[in-house]
Parts: sequence; structure tokens; C-alpha cells
Amino acid sequence: METMFGIAVDGVAYGMILFIISVGLSVTLGLMRVVNLAHGAFAMVGGYIASYAAQGAGLPYAAALPVAVVLTVLATLPLERLLYRRIYGSANELAQVLLTIGLTFVIVAGINYLFGPTLKRIPLPELLTGTVQIGSKAIPAHRAFVIVAGGLTLLALWWLLERTDFGIRLRAAVDDPAMAAALGIRTERLYLATFALGSGLAALGGVLGAELLPLEPYYAIRYIVLFLAVVAVGGAGSIFGSAAAALALGIVDTAGKYLIPSFGEFFFYAALILILFRWPYGFFKGRTA
Amino acid sequence: MTSTLRTALLGTAFGLLMAAAGPLLGPLAGPAAAATIKVGVVAPFSGPFALVGKTFKEAIEVYQAQHGDKVGDDTVVFIYKDLDQANPAQSKALSQELIVKEKVGYLAGYYFTPDALAVAPLIDEANIPCVIFNAATSAITEKSPRYVRTSFTLWQNTVPLAEHMAKQGIRKVVSAVSDYGPGIDGETAFKTTFEKNGGTVVDTIRMPLKSTDFAPFMQRIRDSGAEAIYAFLPAGPTTLAFAKAFADNGLKDAGIKFFGPGDLTQEPDLPTLGDAALGITTSFNYSRAHDSALNKTFLAKHKEMFGSTDSVTFSSVGAYDGVHVIYQMIKNTGGKSDGAKAVDSVKGMSWESPRGPLTIDPQSRHVTQTIYLRTVEKVDGKLENVEKVAFEKQPDYGYKVGK
Repeated sequence: METMFGIAVDGVAYGMILFIISVGLSVTLGLMRVVNLAHGAFAMVGGYIASYAAQGAGLPYAAALPVAVVLTVLATLPLERLLYRRIYGSANELAQVLLTIGLTFVIVAGINYLFGPTLKRIPLPELLTGTVQIGSKAIPAHRAFVIVAGGLTLLALWWLLERTDFGIRLRAAVDDPAMAAALGIRTERLYLATFALGSGLAALGGVLGAELLPLEPYYAIRYIVLFLAVVAVGGAGSIFGSAAAALALGIVDTAGKYLIPSFGEFFFYAALILILFRWPYGFFKGRTA
Repeated sequence: MTSTLRTALLGTAFGLLMAAAGPLLGPLAGPAAAATIKVGVVAPFSGPFALVGKTFKEAIEVYQAQHGDKVGDDTVVFIYKDLDQANPAQSKALSQELIVKEKVGYLAGYYFTPDALAVAPLIDEANIPCVIFNAATSAITEKSPRYVRTSFTLWQNTVPLAEHMAKQGIRKVVSAVSDYGPGIDGETAFKTTFEKNGGTVVDTIRMPLKSTDFAPFMQRIRDSGAEAIYAFLPAGPTTLAFAKAFADNGLKDAGIKFFGPGDLTQEPDLPTLGDAALGITTSFNYSRAHDSALNKTFLAKHKEMFGSTDSVTFSSVGAYDGVHVIYQMIKNTGGKSDGAKAVDSVKGMSWESPRGPLTIDPQSRHVTQTIYLRTVEKVDGKLENVEKVAFEKQPDYGYKVGK
């Protein structure tokens, strides 16, 4: 019983981290129909900015986190205007893949040149080091923080997309861009804002997930499969789908590693195959699919 | 018609120019006896492991700055080839290019085991010595008589560590290693030695190389009731995540002791590991904090040339001593290219290195060396591997194991 509880707690903690680093990709892929393979690179840029802000400029963690998110958004907005704008729409999938993977390589090389190939860390405040006791199980305080942050992100996104004017316009623009434009919705601005939201979430995930996925220049390529797996299982564009997928994959992976470690990543990918076999469009068929 | 004429005219002009310049160029070419001996270095200079290539190159340059670039009348030149990740086919192609096109007399470097293994047929056919600066699987030197290795093997590091742990009265240990060649080497070496000395390995966990989340393994270690763990993971992001998980999941506070080979706490990673690394006990052949005059001179020269010693680690001395061996081979063969003879001439050779006394074992062609037991501690606010115990004259215990 205690073992089951331990697995559940660790699994949820891992799942929430997966959620927080993948949800940004779900936003760009599902709502804007852009296969943004540079998502990992944006997350990495956010992480490096936070690391530099905390270690180089001496900012506290609580300040470094928003600074990293804002700066990443500012740094990626020109990319939207110059590059991404040309490849919107589902007819451009090959162009999207080629452009964004190319962009990823450029960012990897740039980070390698600027910061070197060694691991970088984001120092945690006192409050987030150490452990938190949940029943008989101790989990790292940092993970508890990520779980809470993940839950808040989930609620905020749901509210933003379902309950605000912005959300309604965005859904309209995604469903039928021409009609939305004819009704006076400024789709270009809307897309810019959604892109900013996606890269901001990427940066947030990069910073919060840095304890689990350490920052180094190849981060952008190393973990992209993980992000894509979560989005594929959850259904592109569905926020709750991403959360459910991340939790399911996190728990399956944790249980597999605990019970039969020599099977390695087997359970993670087996779950991926089975889920996609049963629900080819993911748990929650995205509203755009 | 015109083009033929132009070619002829140009040809004549060029010929005249060369004839005029000939006497000027003559003295520069120098006496025929002094040759340039080329050493080809194959290592990662870009990509995720670029730091290794950097440490190799810096150590080579420090050695040349200290000892000159000449052996007798011959000038030694290093040619670097970038192999960014483990890729035996590419390693072979690059080495062949070095031999055929660059006409190198020596091959050196090689970070990953498969890359080193791939050149065995080449060095035998071309009769060229290959000095391995790192690749640490015991079996490599069995594959060709022209391999010499100046690094370490997992067996060499693990055997004294396991004996030490048994002597400390530790009885129940979990081994947790990455599921690949060197990891399994480490697990076997540990289990064999530790059980021979009366201990019990209660669980052997093989973790996937790509693991990102170590919490489930930590839970498993905790549940096993072990007093200590023996862990081996390749240096890099996974090691960091593992050490952090060990501290964050409360295993450190529960008093479980953390042992492993020194790759885990290599110097460039220590600042990133931070306080999570404090107290980890490892066994290794070199610590930057090693207290000897030679090491101090080495570090001082390194600092003078590159401004910092932050990157100095085990691969630095692997390369530094490798260059020393190559210089000796050139000296012993008088600059002639004869790989078999050159290797024979350094068998049994002993010298003092920044890491301590070294001897090339005539059988395994691997360095017999002192292995140090170190604990990560803060020295002047900087994390260092502080040496506690020295185990002298440790050979490669893994040479021809199970043969």
C-alpha cells in the first residue's frame, strides 16, 4: 500500500513537470496549427535567462522567473513577425517542420557559443530546497511547488481560453480565419498574442523544470520527443487533455521504473502506443482537429 | 588558341618566379634530417561533449609549453579531428584520413569506447601506435598490441572502492548504474569485489541511459534498506539529476552513503551540482586538488595560458600523460615510424605525473596508478574532490577478466 502511494505521489509530481513544459507546445500546435519544434529551444532560452539572471545578475528566484518569461517572449516575438507568420496554416506542415528544426539548431549553436557546453543551474531559494512530507512519503519541496504552479497554470489557461473575450476571438480565428477577419477580428494581432503565450509558457516550463531536465545546449533537441509525446496523447490544443496525458504518462513511467527498472523506458512508450491506438487524436480530441 | 598561349605564358612566368625564389626558400626548408612528426587527435570538439576536446587540447598545449615542441631535432605537431559523439564508423574514417592524407605517425585521443575500438585494424595495418586518452572499457587494449592507455578503467577505480567500503563495515549496498557498457562493467566489478569481501549487494538497478526522473529509483533504494549505494552514470545532465534526486528525496538525510567512481563528480560539473554533491565519496585517478608540486606547476601553467583552471579534470591528465608517452616513443625510436617498436619501448616505463606515480603495465599496456578516495568538500568556498586515502599501484583489474 505504501509503495502504491509512493508511486502515485512521484508519478503525479513527474506528470506535472511534463505538463508544465509541454502545455506551451499544445497551445501553439493546437490553437495555431504550427508544429513548433523550436518549443524546446524556447524553453531552454527561458532557462538560460533565468540562470544568468540569478547567477550573473544576482536576482532572487522569484524575480528571475518572471524576468525569464518576459525576456523570452520579447526575444521570440520578432521571430513571429519575420518567420512564423509566413508558415501559418495546416497546408504548410513541411515548411513548419523544416523552419522550426532549423531554428532549433541555430539556437543550440548560439547558446553553446555564448554559455559553453557545461550544465547551468538556477539556484533555488531556501524555501524550495529540502523536502515536504505527504503522509509517509517525502517529496522534494521544489516538486511540490511545481505541482501547485502546474495546477494554477491549468486553471488560468482554462479561464483565459473559455471565459474571456480573447479566448472567444481566438477560437473563432482558429476555426475560420477568413470569416473571423470579415467580422472585424484582427487575426494577426491575435496570433501574435497566442504565439507570445506559447513561448511564455515554454520559458516558464524551462525554468520550473530545470531541476529535472538540467540546462545544457542540447536540451532543445534532447527532450523534444517528450514534449511531443505529451501533446500527441493529450490531443493538440486541449489544455485538460495535456494535463491528463502528462499525468498518465508520468504515473506509468514511474511505476514501470520502480517495479521493473531493467525495462527502462519501455512502459512509457508502450503506454504511448496503446493510448494512440485507442484514441488516435489524443484523449480529448482537440477542438481544431 | 589564345587559351593555350595564355597557359604557356603563365607557366613560363610561374617557372621563372619559382627559379628566382628557389634560393630564398632553400634555407627555410632546413636540414633534411629534422622532420615534422604529426600526431592525430580524434576527440569531441563540438557538440554535447565539446568540453572533453577542450581539456585534451589545453593539456596538450600546456605540455608543449612546458617541454617544448621538439624531441631531438624533430618537431611534434598535433592535428585535431572533431568527432562530436560516439560514432565508430566516423572514428574509423577520420583516423584513416589522418593516416593516409596527413601521414600521422601517432594516433591519440578517443573519448568513447566504441570509437577507440574501431581503429584497431587500422593501427595494425599501418603499424602506428594509438595512445588512448580516455575510453575506459578494459577490453580495448586486448584488441591490438598497438594500444597504450593513459586514463583509467572502471575496474581500476571500483575494486579499491569496494574493498574500502567493506573495510568500513558497510554490509548492505545497492548498486545503481546506467544501463550501458561501462555501467555494467562497474556493476560487475563492484559486485564481485564487494561480495568477496563479505558484503551483500541487496539490489542491482540498471537505469536507462536517457532517464530524466530518478525519484522511482530513489524510492527503490530506500525500500531496500541499504546502508550505502554504489552509483555510476556518465558525466553530464543525468549525473546531475541523479545526485539532486538523491539529496532531494531525503536519502542523504536518511544517512545512506553515496559512493561511486569519480566521473560522477568531475570538476567542471561540481559548481552545477552545488551542495547536493557535498559528502559524495568517489574513487578516481586524479583530483584537481591533488597536493603535489607537479600538479601545482601544471595548474599554474594552465592558468597562465588559459586564464582559469575551472575545466581541469581527469581528461586533462589523461591527455597530458598521453603526450608524455608519445614524446618518449618518439625519443626511443629516434623519430622513425615503427608502431610495434615504439609501443615495446614504453612497456614498463615509469614516471611521475601531476596525478602521482605511473607505470605502463607491460601486459595490459594500461597505466598502473594510485587511486585516490575523495570526498566532495568546500575548499575556500569552491567545491573540490578532497583526497582522503591513497591506494597505491592499482592495475587494471578488468584486463582479460573472464578469459
